[in-house]
Amino acid sequence: MLDDRITLDYGSGGQKTSELIETLLVPSFQNDALSRLGDGAVLPALPSQPVFSTDSFVVSPWRFPGGNVGKLAVCGTVNDVCMAGGEPLYLSLAMVIEEGFAMESLREIVQSAAETAREAGVQIVTGDTKVVERGACDGIYLNTAGIGALRAPGLSPRAIREGDSVIVSGSAGCHGAAVMMARAGLGGGALRSDCMALHRLSAAVLACGGVRVLRDPTRGGVATTLNEFVEGSALGVELEEDAIPVDEAVETACGLLGLDPLYCACEGRLLAVTAPEQTEQALAALRALPGGEQAARIGSVTARFPGRVTLRNAFGGSRVLAKLAGAQLPRIC
Amino acid sequence: MRFDEGFRRPEGVPRLAQAIREQAGSRTLRFMEICGTHTMAIAKAGLRPLLAPQVRLLSGPGCPVCVTPAGVIDAVLELAARPGVTLVSYGDLLRVPGSARGDTLLRRRALGADVRVAYSPLEAVEIAAREPAREVVFLGVGFETTAPGTAACVLEAAERGLKNFSLLCLLKRTFPALRALLGAPGFSVDGFLCPGHVAAVTGAEAFAFLPREYGLPAVVAGFEPADLAASCALLTKMALAGTPRLVNTYTRLVSAEGNGPALAAIGRVFRPVDSEWRGLGLLPESGYALREPFRPFDAAERFGFRPKEHAGPAGCRCGDVIRGACEPRGCPLFGKACTPVDPVGPCMVSAEGSCAASWKYGDVLPREEE
Repeated sequence: MLDDRITLDYGSGGQKTSELIETLLVPSFQNDALSRLGDGAVLPALPSQPVFSTDSFVVSPWRFPGGNVGKLAVCGTVNDVCMAGGEPLYLSLAMVIEEGFAMESLREIVQSAAETAREAGVQIVTGDTKVVERGACDGIYLNTAGIGALRAPGLSPRAIREGDSVIVSGSAGCHGAAVMMARAGLGGGALRSDCMALHRLSAAVLACGGVRVLRDPTRGGVATTLNEFVEGSALGVELEEDAIPVDEAVETACGLLGLDPLYCACEGRLLAVTAPEQTEQALAALRALPGGEQAARIGSVTARFPGRVTLRNAFGGSRVLAKLAGAQLPRIC
Repeated sequence: MRFDEGFRRPEGVPRLAQAIREQAGSRTLRFMEICGTHTMAIAKAGLRPLLAPQVRLLSGPGCPVCVTPAGVIDAVLELAARPGVTLVSYGDLLRVPGSARGDTLLRRRALGADVRVAYSPLEAVEIAAREPAREVVFLGVGFETTAPGTAACVLEAAERGLKNFSLLCLLKRTFPALRALLGAPGFSVDGFLCPGHVAAVTGAEAFAFLPREYGLPAVVAGFEPADLAASCALLTKMALAGTPRLVNTYTRLVSAEGNGPALAAIGRVFRPVDSEWRGLGLLPESGYALREPFRPFDAAERFGFRPKEHAGPAGCRCGDVIRGACEPRGCPLFGKACTPVDPVGPCMVSAEGSCAASWKYGDVLPREEE
């Protein structure tokens, strides 16, 4: 029987740790590799070159409209493997938990991670639990690492050509705006994180061919990711402001908080640069899938402003979208 | 439909811009805005290139962070580092360096200072109530826009008898600075885009002295592209016809007489005092101080807050930029030694600073040859 609160004992490696693993973690994640409870998972050989990625998740608050840190931790690494051209297969999950964290909350996070992994077709095959003294972390931090099998070799910003299309799979900035609003105590309403696994969307886009590079615009948002594509290159990206899907709730929240949706994190969107010939097909493939309904071509690759991302608005004004200098801070008035 | 949707995605803007340019003909008109949110909105909408070269939009002292002298920031940093003090601030201020480069509240926080970001001054009062062992200082920055909320938080703290709450009042008053600017030698503009948010509090009529005393057209403007373009069109018309008036185009938010309860709260809590502005110097009655009954909440008195004079970083022309005497790219540090990642002056730090706007929204963009 698990206690209602996490104590240091649960991270001791002793009785309580075993209890946590056996009554919560193994049953939630249920797979053979994990059930053997070795020091590491022994996995079958991969069908192609391995893709390997890792990410840590420290979101505050840990539960936000549209998800929680467990779902986010699985999606984050699944998406990174997908964006690298891999088919995600296995994950590790490590947790750093603050003493006193509610067991109910941990259960919610673990179940959410398990459910998300199941949907994404990945197995959580190894993990770790540490408990730190009260005040040493903010509730709970997760880390996931993921292994996938390479499906699309050669994806790279260097493959981008003049005239290519830039497409996004859905509306920008939902996750960042939802978390910032929750943090400001202004949650509620229609605003929800876009947090989702991108395995289906990325597979669909890649199946169309002509994909130069894929990236999920997490920290720094769409604007920062596009800057990374063209930084130091002889090419730039020209966006059409009106073509970029931004939910009304996100736009309103950003107006209130003094943020720019194009710099707010997405956790369930992909940005792709594709050859012009494959663009329509890629858009159709995305739009046919859940989470891709709003997919849009938002701009194109140009040689006019090398190394820069520019945005043209409906009435002909245009401006540069620079890389984010640091965290977005709310403004005064 | 959202209340400002029609102002945000207007088809009329290019038409207006073209009409403005045609009317102005061979004249060059210089209009100044004095509001950080206008600075950003103009840059974000990409309006400057649409109106050029006939109309030039200048940014005046509208960014509260930018007009705060470096010596004051130094003293704030020192205050934040004191044991037992919790400094509550708007996010903008966290990256503003004092006179030592890189010394910011963000860095002081990393070194152990208790600095917290708030959206509302009332959050500071809540923190003080929740953590009675901490000395909670709210950093009151801004113009007439944030003054009412700041006044409300002092009233709330007084009501609740909070002994561990105080206000470091760095608030500024728009009108004395505007008059100082108008009186400065060599200062010349053809009209003012008046700040919609300030006017929402003070009332549009507060800007009536611009046409009356200075013969300058003045338009109280909102923040969407159509607001700005329409206001520029009116300014152009009045400037060319020589018929200066005050026009309020932001009637969906701004009344002639302003927000009564907000003005009453300001009047109850604050009195005007002389205040130091970066770029403008010491201006009479251009700041706010707590009135006598609220002096126990004055952080400056409680902590012996005494900013030293400091000229600001060498080479930095923020002072001139704030006066509209130098455009951001006229500063030798712009984009070289001074970028948003490693800012030298406050105009590059604040999201509403002219230099940050110019850098972020790219007046750096080469003009298109189309």
